[in-house]
Amino acid sequence: MSNESKVDCGRRRLVVATAAVGGAGALVALVPFLSSMLPSERAKAAGAPVEVDIGNLELGQMMTVEWRGKPVWIINRTKPMLETLPELNDQMADPNSDKDMQPEYCKNETRSIKPEYMVVVGICTHLGCSPSAKFKHGPADGMAADWLGGFLCPCHGSTFDFAGRVFKNKPAPDNLEVPPHMYLSDTRILIGEHKKGA
Amino acid sequence: MASNSNYEKYKSDGSLQGNLLEWFDARFPATSMWRGHLSEYYAPKNFNFWYFFGSLAMLVLVIQIVTGIFLVMHYKPDAALNASGIPIAFASVEYIMRDVPWGWLIRYMHSTGASAFFVVVYLHMFRGMLYGSYRQPRELIWVFGTLLFLCLMAEAFMGYLLPWGQMSFWGAQVIVNLFSAIPLVGEPLSIWIRGDFVVGDATLNRFFSFHVIAVPLVLLGLVAAHILALHEVGSNNPDGIEIKKRKTPEGIPLDGIPFHPYYSVKDIVGVVVFLMVFSIIVFFAPEGGGYFLEYNNFIPADPLKTPPHIAPVWYFTPYYSLLRAMVWPLFGIDAKFWGVVAMGGGVVILAFLPWLDRSPVKSIRYRGPIFKTLLTLFVISFFILGFLGTKAPSYAFFGVIPGAPVAQLLSLYYFLFFLTMPWWSKIDKYKPEPDRVTM
Repeated sequence: MSNESKVDCGRRRLVVATAAVGGAGALVALVPFLSSMLPSERAKAAGAPVEVDIGNLELGQMMTVEWRGKPVWIINRTKPMLETLPELNDQMADPNSDKDMQPEYCKNETRSIKPEYMVVVGICTHLGCSPSAKFKHGPADGMAADWLGGFLCPCHGSTFDFAGRVFKNKPAPDNLEVPPHMYLSDTRILIGEHKKGA
Repeated sequence: MASNSNYEKYKSDGSLQGNLLEWFDARFPATSMWRGHLSEYYAPKNFNFWYFFGSLAMLVLVIQIVTGIFLVMHYKPDAALNASGIPIAFASVEYIMRDVPWGWLIRYMHSTGASAFFVVVYLHMFRGMLYGSYRQPRELIWVFGTLLFLCLMAEAFMGYLLPWGQMSFWGAQVIVNLFSAIPLVGEPLSIWIRGDFVVGDATLNRFFSFHVIAVPLVLLGLVAAHILALHEVGSNNPDGIEIKKRKTPEGIPLDGIPFHPYYSVKDIVGVVVFLMVFSIIVFFAPEGGGYFLEYNNFIPADPLKTPPHIAPVWYFTPYYSLLRAMVWPLFGIDAKFWGVVAMGGGVVILAFLPWLDRSPVKSIRYRGPIFKTLLTLFVISFFILGFLGTKAPSYAFFGVIPGAPVAQLLSLYYFLFFLTMPWWSKIDKYKPEPDRVTM
């Protein structure tokens, strides 16, 4: 402690204060740079709803439209397809759609407004790949023998049923997201909006 | 070894170039740097084959920087579609391949260089494991090396987005989404990284910026730190003994030889052999059978359709297997978070190697059967993990042994190898180390 007398405490405090102010300034200067990496105003504005004509969508077929840069699938489900849903309940991670992955009006057995038409974002909830359609029963599409049809994510092997519900013990944690949508007429769907003006 | 500041300044012999050098040396540490790092940096005289890969990694870094500079002259990071409906970035790579004089060569050198970089670096890291080069007092060299490996992975990953093909797009989609698995901050973090709600033009532009400016600068800085730390403590050698323990009266290690000219010349042999192999690949097999350049990446990025089989480039596949191995939620957090933890942990755990290894000897030459067995199994399982990472999750060996559980088992082994090392490295047998290096 013999050195203590040589330290000018006033100056030491000034040195510390200067360093602190300089450090704080450097941190604040990070804000504009880091913020510039956030989505731009233009990116935020691009999210308009998409209107789709489903008049030509045949039974058992699916179509893909782009909404907010993501694929949205519309599937015209057949009766046998719909019949697989309750059968699979006990193999599903979230059979009753308890997690908030769909609008309130799609929280039902078929996860849809009309039972036959499934509208769902075709992006796996694991790491964002787009699953492939594996509609055929059994090994015809390269799936297991007890496969009832649905979707397989090519990236990490998550599987989904015809309602976009994820199977248990797969990398994907959640069911596929059902986007907000509404029927403008029997054959026209608006994806991205619940009701006009909302 | 004398520290750098002790070198005397150059004294001119009166000649013109002597005077010039003296003037220069009085104002810049030219002589001391030359001596400290090259002509009087004493490296063990018993370096073998495994010691080529450090200098080769530097060579590949130079190849990547030079070819990269020329590629940037023609490449356009733009996801918008051109008049023919092809993304401009994708089209500019095709333009380099077809219309730019010698552009194909420069581009193939760069794409092959990426794979070559990882080959060389993996061998370089394995050398460290063979001879205990990470052990005290070289822990920091190893830690800087692990950071270099991480940086190299980031550099390769961001460069892979630039051609804007299907694998570019979906690979980036998957890896950026990894960050969204982090609880609470994950989702905003991944949006911040992408600069948009999906991988798009903003992502492409910032990855270009990181790939050509930010990460290379960090890489160069870390290479400097890696080498400075190495030259501070001196190189390890295949016997894993310290050559500084036995010195001449002048303080030169008895088993040391000046890096230049002895190893600079030896490394030229390595460079020539490397360039022969490198050239054969560049000229005759630049796609590497779909492993160096994946076939799906010759299709322009389509945000609506994931290719039926997506796998990273070969050098990421062992870690990709670790990611896929985690399929169970734990502690109330999704499985995908644990996949990310496994993948990141698989790289980060390397940095702890210096403190996990408790063996009294460094080199495999004097270590016991436990180490030799476990290291062999580690290498085999690393290869199998890498192989499975290139395959679909449903892959089965010979159509009967399912790949997914094998990958899970080997992932477990990957981590157990490191985590139990403090125990088995201590109880393992060992042989006495020699006093002097053996050739």
